[in-house]
This record gives sequence, C-alpha cells and structure tokens, in this order.
Amino acid sequence: MQRFAALLDGLLYAPQRTVKLALLREHLATVPDPARGWALAALTGEVALPAAKPALVRALIAERMDPELFRLSYDFVGDLAETVALAWPAPPGDGGPVPDLPEVIERLAAASRTEVPRLLSTWLDALDATGRWALLKLITGGLRVGVSARLARQAVADWAERPVADIEEVWHSLTPPYLALFHWLDGQGSRPTAEDHPSFRPVMLAQPLEEADLAALTPSHYAAEWKWDGIRVQIVGRGAQRRVYSRTGDDISAAVPDLLSSLDSARVPFDGVLDGELLVGDLGPAGWSVRSFNDLQQRLNRKTVSARLQAAYPVFVRAYDLLVIGGEDLRAQPWQQRRAALEAWHAHHQLERIDLSHLVAFDSWEQLDLLRQEAGRSTNGAIEGVMLKRRDSPYLAGRPKGPWFKWKRGALTIDAVLMYAQRGHGKRSSFYSDYTFGCWQDGTLVPVGKAYSGFTDVELQRIDRFVRDNTTNRFGPVREVSPALVFEVAFDSVHPSPRHRSGLALRFPRIARIRWDKPAAEADQVSTLAALVG
Amino acid sequence: MIGKTVVARPSPHPETWLQVRPEGLYCQPADLFIDPIRPVARAAITHGHADHARPGHEAVLTSAETLAIMQARFGPASVGGATTPHWHEPVTIGEVSVQLVPAGHILGSAQVVLTWRGTRVVISGDYKRSADPTCRPFEPVACDVFVTEATFGLPVFRHPPIAGEIATLLASVARQPERAHVVGVYALGKCQRVICELRRAGWDRPIFVHGALQSLCDLYQAHGVDLGPLLPATVAAKSAMAGAIVLAPPSAIADRWARRLPDPVVCLASGWMRVRQRAKQRGVERPLVISDHADWDELLTTIADIAPGEVWVTHGAEEALVHQLQSTGQQARALALIGRELEGS
Ligand SMILES: [Zn+2]
Ligand SMILES: [Zn+2]
Repeated sequence: MQRFAALLDGLLYAPQRTVKLALLREHLATVPDPARGWALAALTGEVALPAAKPALVRALIAERMDPELFRLSYDFVGDLAETVALAWPAPPGDGGPVPDLPEVIERLAAASRTEVPRLLSTWLDALDATGRWALLKLITGGLRVGVSARLARQAVADWAERPVADIEEVWHSLTPPYLALFHWLDGQGSRPTAEDHPSFRPVMLAQPLEEADLAALTPSHYAAEWKWDGIRVQIVGRGAQRRVYSRTGDDISAAVPDLLSSLDSARVPFDGVLDGELLVGDLGPAGWSVRSFNDLQQRLNRKTVSARLQAAYPVFVRAYDLLVIGGEDLRAQPWQQRRAALEAWHAHHQLERIDLSHLVAFDSWEQLDLLRQEAGRSTNGAIEGVMLKRRDSPYLAGRPKGPWFKWKRGALTIDAVLMYAQRGHGKRSSFYSDYTFGCWQDGTLVPVGKAYSGFTDVELQRIDRFVRDNTTNRFGPVREVSPALVFEVAFDSVHPSPRHRSGLALRFPRIARIRWDKPAAEADQVSTLAALVG
Repeated sequence: MIGKTVVARPSPHPETWLQVRPEGLYCQPADLFIDPIRPVARAAITHGHADHARPGHEAVLTSAETLAIMQARFGPASVGGATTPHWHEPVTIGEVSVQLVPAGHILGSAQVVLTWRGTRVVISGDYKRSADPTCRPFEPVACDVFVTEATFGLPVFRHPPIAGEIATLLASVARQPERAHVVGVYALGKCQRVICELRRAGWDRPIFVHGALQSLCDLYQAHGVDLGPLLPATVAAKSAMAGAIVLAPPSAIADRWARRLPDPVVCLASGWMRVRQRAKQRGVERPLVISDHADWDELLTTIADIAPGEVWVTHGAEEALVHQLQSTGQQARALALIGRELEGS
C-alpha cells in the first residue's frame, strides 16, 4: 500500500505527461505481481469495490477524534479523505502490519458490510498519512490523478518496449490484475488471446493534409468521404457480446444502450469489428440526417443515459470501415476490398442505427476543394471537411503518413478582445497563458470563450508582458486586463449555451492571429457570432 | 527545565500588568513592548522575522544574532540603542527581570521571560521542538503564563522528520538529472536550514541561491553556520543548472525569475505543504513539508512539559488549540494581536 500511495502522491503533483509516464514505468518495473496490476486497475477505475460512503469515513473518525477539532480541521482542509488521513491519531506503539494493495482489494471484496469499518480502522492505524490518504481515496472512488486507461496502456507499452497497439489489442480481453499480460510481457507466457473477447483493435488515423501535398497525389488513387463532426467509435461483436469503444480504446458501451440493443435485435448477432462515426441525428424516409456535435455531447460523459435522453438525442453510427467479419481479419486487405465487404454486409443486414458513409465523387482536387468548402458552410460545421483514403491501403494501427488524409475546411473566425488571463500549468506556470476573450454587446464586452493555444513561445512572452502591464484587477490567479488586445480566434462551430452569459459556446476555439494592430473597438459583436448558429 | 515558579505573597495576576495594545503586547511595569508592530520607545524582540521585528524603535532588547539580522535587513541606523544580553542573563527594567531563552525557531530566536513580583510570563515568539543545526534548541521555562503561537494549531499538521523530506528532494533530483529543482524557501531561517540539511544528507555540490537570499546566508556563515559552497543563481548559465538545486523566495519559484532554469521542478518547503490542495493550488510539483514552527503535537507536548498556570494563544489557529487545551483542563484563551500575519513557514 505504501508503494501505491507513493505512486499516487507522485502522480497527483506531476503536471507533465512524460513525468506521469516515468512514474508509472518505474512502478511497473519495480513492483511485483499482482500489486502492479492492481495499481493500474485502481488508477483506471477498473477496481470494483463495495463503495465506502463518506458517512462511513466520518463515523470512523468520530470514534477517534473530538468532533470540534475535526470540524475545524475539515473546514481548513476542505476534503474529507485528506482531513481524515492527516488528522487520524496514530495509536501508541506499533500500528500493526501494513497491508499491501492486493490484500486491501481482496479483503474488501470479500468483506461483509459489517466487517468493513473494522478492517478500515485497522489499516488506518497501520498506515502513515500518505498511505491513509491513498486508502481513503481508493475506497471512496476519488483517485483523480490524471491517469486515463490510455495513459496506463502507454506506460505498459513504454515499460515493455513495445508499440502501444500491441497492448491495446489484448487489453480488453484482460481483467485485473492482468497477470496474463505481465506474464507475456515478462517473456514467461504466451500472448493473451483476444479471440473470444469483443476486443478493441487499435485504430488507423489520418494525417492532416497540407495543401502542398496535393500536387504529389493522384486523385484516382484516393476515395473521398465526408468528415463528420462526431466521435470516432469502434463496434465490436463476438459471441454473445457487443461493445462500443472510443478511438482510444475506452469502453463507452454504457453511453449508447440504444445502439447496442439495435445491434442485438439483428437476426444474426453482429460478429466483427466496425469502424465509424458516432452521431446524433433524426431518422427520416431518406435516412439519417445529422445533428450538431452539441447534441451529441448531451449523450456523452454520463454514467447512465435516461430513456428521455435516448429519445431526444437518437444516436447512430455512420460506418466507414470493416476490420473483421465472422472471425476473418480484413485489416491486411486493401481499402477497396474492405469497402466492398462493408457495403455487402450493410446491404445484407440493414441495421436501423448503422448507415454507410457515402463516397464523394470527384475528378480533380480543385473540384473536391469546392465541394468541401460548400459542405462546411451549409452544415454549420457538421461536415468538417473530407477524408482521403488510398484505395490500396491496408488498415494500419496508428497514424501512418500517406494512406489516409484529413482535409479540413477552413475554420470560422472572429475578432475578440482579451478580457482575463490566468497562469498556465507545468512549463507554463510562470506565464499568463490561459485567455478569456469577449465580443461587444451594447457597448460592453461579454465573454464568449477561452483559449490556451495557437500562439508561439515568443508570442506567449509578449502576451504575458502585455497582461502584466495592463492588469486592472486581480482575482487569485486571474488577472483582468484593460480591453486593448484583439485576438483573431478560430473555431470549428458555434452553439447555443444557456450556461454562458453570451448565450453561445465555441467549439475548439484557438488563437489564429494576435492583432496587435487592431483597435479593440473594432472587434466583433456578439450578434455576429449568434448569426453563425445553424 | 530552567528555574522554578516563585510562589510567595499573593502575586499580581499577569492580566494586570501585561496588556494588548495597538502596538503589540505591552509590559506596563517595564514600559516595554514585545515584538511591537509600530515604532515604540522600548521593545524586546523575539526574532528577526518581519512580523516580529520592525525598524524604528528607540531602544531594543534582543539577542546579538537577532540584532545583526535586524541591522542587515533594515540598515544599521534603523535600530536604536540595543541591549544584547547573553542567553539566560537577567536584565532588570524597572522592577521587571527580563531574560532571553532559546526558542529553536531560527538563528537568534528567543523566548522573552518576564518576572515581576513573583509571577512569570514566557512570551515564546515563534518556536519549534525538532532539531535545527542553525540555532539553539528550545528550552522549556516554568511559568504562570505561557504565551504561544498557533501557526499550525490544527491536528492535521504533523511535520514529518526533515531528513525524509530532504531524501525525497534528492531522489527527485536523481530521477530527473536534466531538470533544475527550484526550492521555494523563506529567506530567513528556512533557507539556511534546508541548505544545512542538504549538506548533512551528503549533497556537497554548489547550491545556487537567488539574490534575495545571499546576504542572510552570508550572515549565517559569519555566525558560524557552515553552508558549504553557494553560487548566485543569477549569473549561472542555463546549462550549468541541469541537475542543480536552486533556492529562491516562494514568490520567485513560479514566476518570471524561474524561466532562466532548465525545465524547473517547482518545490516549496513549508509546513502548509502538508495539505495537498494547498500545494496543488500553488502549482508545486514537489512539496516539502518543512517548517520552523511547532506542529500540533509539538504545541501540545510543549505546553504539557511546561504546565503553566495559563496559556495565551496569539497568532494562527487559536480556536482549535484553545479548545483542545480547555478540554484537557488547561486554562487557555486566545489573545488577539494585531498585525501578526502568518509568515510563509
Ligand atoms: Zn518567525
Ligand atoms: Zn510569527
């Protein structure tokens, strides 16, 4: 438990991804099984413990500590687990044997409700303050230290000196503490088989297309599809199981029960791996019409999705590739053949919530360019541009250069005025690098968005100096500045948002140019933005 | 323990001769303020931190080290006529006997012991009980009233042994040799203690120091505290700072000044670092729980050791400490002093 606590403590303070990865690598290299696997599982939320309610933690400390002292301490610290961890009075003498992480997990999983309090207080007596904090965070489900499943897999890959795709491919057939995985990576056992599991397959990603690339490309070698502003997903069916994964391999099945039940209602259960875009839309006689990304967001990042939400925001998948079908792996075949297999499968099964990504016919890059610009304008960003896929390309994990390109339409832009600046994190912690900008409404500035990117280091230094020289007010880490600096802000689309004072929210805002030359009074009006809402 | 409580004829309760005035705590029969925040005719100064030592008093009674610190900070002319008695040597002012006894907080830090007509009050200033190679250790003095700080007067504050914190820092340096570790330290006391502890842990390479720390480091060295080789951080090349330990005031570690360092790991040595959210808020990557103040356990053991008739609690978390003392039968009350901000310790 002490090793796990030290890891958790290190991760909490590590601002940089590279430092987090180094800590995880060190843990994997030096901690034995099954503790290292349980640590990964705990960090990525894969440990299902009978959740200890905060009330239980409060009851435990109440037995040990004066309530008034606890109240004053909690007021000061502001976090229950941390207050209890810090203030827990160590018993005189030896606190007893220090439990390790596997012991904690295994014994809690086996314990009855009435046994849990006694187990916890025994462990709290044995552990030091950091260990107590880790234990309490673990059992109350609050391990927020910035480790995603994706980062954990990357750390395993780095430690094992293998491509992350190798790890992703077997990951979902594994259960904590991942003994089969570690045996394989230690050279002690064979590769865990993913055959009978609805496993994620690492996805193929596209390179952004530079206009200069076009001259070297032959139009007839490529197929074009619309690039929809949704979420890339992978649908996997195997045996009786169906899963939906995000492009980073996170299982998002719980967010799309309607999609899953549609798959299950098929005459023949889907057995294969399908690559496509998750979208929200309306099903009419002519098929699905796509709604905005804003609508799709209503369905995401939720633990459960109510029937009302499912009805109000129907999801479907626009399929564009077929990786595996009926146990046969198609990934080595050229795109052309996979596409034919996809079309045949789609025509045969006619699933209500899966449609086909249409191919855009074109003869020249100039013609495709025009189609691309037009499609973006007429859909307020629902079409982000086009995808180019080389007809003879196999399906390769990662982002190989050449076979797939994304050719985005130009972003929308507005001129906005810098209103507030906040210090950044990590390498940027000495700079004011997070900006809130606004547009004019009835002669005053109203915030319309925030941006953290789109400028060079040299520009950042200059903006930082501007912020320091033009500060009119301070609120903790935030500085208000006089309205004097105009940013040309690029964004993908704009949506109504009752949560913002302007009533609008920008998608992917970033700084396109810094208009040192432009007077603030000439920045855009909020009404100009509002007119872009589709 | 030094001295014994003198019990003779009915003695005047300290409440009758020690008062809180706008300038600070005032001893009437000696016409003497202790750590006043405004210029006064006669002041006793416990130690050199800015919330205790101010310039402009006409006469000052303090330790020789604290006088040197005040002169270094405010200029030689800023301190009036000075009396610097030896440790424990009584000085009589009016009918009041005044003694300085080590407080263990920083170089020269003293408790001011006032004895008048058979009652004794100890004004401890800031103090700690854990070992510190840069100053004399705290000595408990029996008394009727013990005046204590309560900077870390909550049971969440338990400072771990300093050796462990220094080991954590050195492990981080070893793990990331391409980065500089910049450690935020209070210029007076914390800085020199951290340097001494680094030396004790075997770190014999030059330590880089921010310009604002140099003169007090020189003063400590002149008082026989060996700090080893120090280099100014301002003139060193960026490449020379890879793998280095750099000390700077807390205000500089996450600001423009730190940009001269290669990919700095921001560390902060402070008792407040015990609370994770505080450390996170300050953008600290490596918190070091190092304090020159008594933690919760030290406050309670010190008061139990002394067993004074009464405890008066000055700055910090008075409420919790008073509550705890009262619930164990110790008479205690909060003493509201104006102008005592919590220093970054
Ligand atoms: Zn002090
Ligand atoms: Zn103080």
